[in-house]
Amino acid sequence: MPTTDNTLDEILSLAAVHFKVPREKLTPDGDFFKALGIDSLQALDLLTRLEHHFRIELPDYELQGVTDFRTLAQRIQARL
Amino acid sequence: MLDLRQYSSLGAALRDALERWPNETCLIEADRDREKVRLTYSDFREMAGPLCRALEDAEFVPGDRAAIIMTNQSKWLISAYSIFFCGGVLVPLDYKLTAAEHLQLLAHSKARFLVVEYYLWRAITQSPEFAKLTTEIVLVTEAPVGADLRGAYRWEEFRRKGEPKLVAREREDTACIVYSSGTGGRPKGCVLTHDNYLEQCRALTEWYPFWPGVRYLSILPTNHAIDFMVGFIGPFVCGACVVHLRTLRPEFVRDAFVRYRITYVSLVPMVLKNLERGLRAKFDELPRGKRFVLDRLIAINKLLTRRRPHVGFSRRLLPQVHKAFGGELRALIVGGAFTDPATMQFFYDLGVPVACGYGLTEACTAVTLNDLKPFRADTVGKPLPGSEVRILNPAGDGIGEVAVRSRAVMSHYLDDADLTVKTIVEGWLHTGDLGRFDGVGHLQLFGRKKNMIVTEGGKNIYPEDVEMVFDGLPVKEYCIFAANYIWPQKSLGEEMLVLVVRLEQGQQFSDALATEISARNLKLADYKRVGGHLVWEKDFPRTASMKIKRGELGEEIGRGVRRESVVEI
Repeated sequence: MPTTDNTLDEILSLAAVHFKVPREKLTPDGDFFKALGIDSLQALDLLTRLEHHFRIELPDYELQGVTDFRTLAQRIQARL
Repeated sequence: MLDLRQYSSLGAALRDALERWPNETCLIEADRDREKVRLTYSDFREMAGPLCRALEDAEFVPGDRAAIIMTNQSKWLISAYSIFFCGGVLVPLDYKLTAAEHLQLLAHSKARFLVVEYYLWRAITQSPEFAKLTTEIVLVTEAPVGADLRGAYRWEEFRRKGEPKLVAREREDTACIVYSSGTGGRPKGCVLTHDNYLEQCRALTEWYPFWPGVRYLSILPTNHAIDFMVGFIGPFVCGACVVHLRTLRPEFVRDAFVRYRITYVSLVPMVLKNLERGLRAKFDELPRGKRFVLDRLIAINKLLTRRRPHVGFSRRLLPQVHKAFGGELRALIVGGAFTDPATMQFFYDLGVPVACGYGLTEACTAVTLNDLKPFRADTVGKPLPGSEVRILNPAGDGIGEVAVRSRAVMSHYLDDADLTVKTIVEGWLHTGDLGRFDGVGHLQLFGRKKNMIVTEGGKNIYPEDVEMVFDGLPVKEYCIFAANYIWPQKSLGEEMLVLVVRLEQGQQFSDALATEISARNLKLADYKRVGGHLVWEKDFPRTASMKIKRGELGEEIGRGVRRESVVEI
């Protein structure tokens, strides 16, 4: 099973590609709404991409109150 | 629909609705592409009866307050129905608030009962403030087997046998306490009566009727004034069906339109914009020839629907577009925040009418609404039947504060007589919004007199509610304003909060201070964040009790610096 750091790295890479943002501009503790220039609906879209990538199902509430990549990685890691 | 004039309470009207259409579907709940619940009015009655009986046994008495903190799902409506049936007062809380905010509003509302989803209850029990919870009976839905519920009951097991007895309420009795905002210093709990809701429902369904067979897609949170009315009370008293989705992922929302052949849906501007983006992207992918034909068909539709919508005709002219919406959509209802006229026009030109309105929690749901005779993207429509709207102290251009008088205007703010007296003056609700009427009775809005913003997601954010996160910021003093309050724009949109800081003598605005501001800002929910900061060179004017004179300071700043001086955070 990948570590949380692996998961985090994969999320950052996937987000960078999907939203066309340079990978180096994304940091684990950065606010992904701001870094990716997205609203809460587009964040749900990101969640869908992550579900497909990691082959898990994440309820919407897992994203409630989450704004940084690290916490998101922890939520995903818990379901791997 | 039921003749609501005959009813004195929501409980009585809803009870009769369940008996009137026993075999009609009233509720569908889907999670992604899996349908989880499908209830007829008769099924709904059977589900709610044992809960009503259990509430009776728990000594639920008329006027008892019961809060609900849940995402949109069948148990929300079953619980709300049961609370009304037992003569209770419903306190619908926004599930997106933090646990600390939930606890604060539960205390402020003095709710004796709480119905809450498990994941939200878990967050509340983990809050450092949990010990302060005063709610006596908590019902938790969907709790996993073996979960420690910290003294709460499982909703699914909170049932008793027997026939419950409807508790009569009068029209002037309180039906709901709805928080329009204010989890900071001063919660604003709007006390709305049964009369408010019954009259508002009558007015809305006069223009936009529901009937058995109509399917309303409930996307806005049901605690929101719009969805509570058009995603619960309205459809139920007309025998229509509400469709709940447990996920709001755009792909599943799009799928639901088709799967359930949706008739109406209410949206906030952000979601409407998202739908527009998706459609435009699809149009852009079309080969040049097909795109040319589509553009011509849209132009024809636009021409032929100039005076009023012809939904049937539009469906035949643009079948692929309408098929994407399920083929039976009659209108998109939009409200809660400023909506870009170009977006509304885009949908109308495709033959999908957009009913844009204006309302506020203090006036129950809606004050004005577009009657589509003809469609107007540049206004928020005309006053609803029974609503009087006037412009207070209009300036030379006719713009002044919008005031409303109707039976839908709230009774008062909970435990805040001062604010009530300032807000409802001689029966007129002073909205704090600026507007004027055009020549044909349509209301146009031009910004806000009050210091607040409304996000694209329909959330009211008051500076006072977010200031506490900056407590202890290493500056001499600070204050937060809505940018449009300092620099009135006479238009809506481009709303943001601005943090104004006054530095200590000799202090420079350092990178460390900027980092500190950003870090504190991140502690706020994303939709509450401050958009920029501004350094102000003078001491803030204060009252004798050292409170900041916000109005005076805002005016000083507005005169002293331009909006362009705000530095983005």
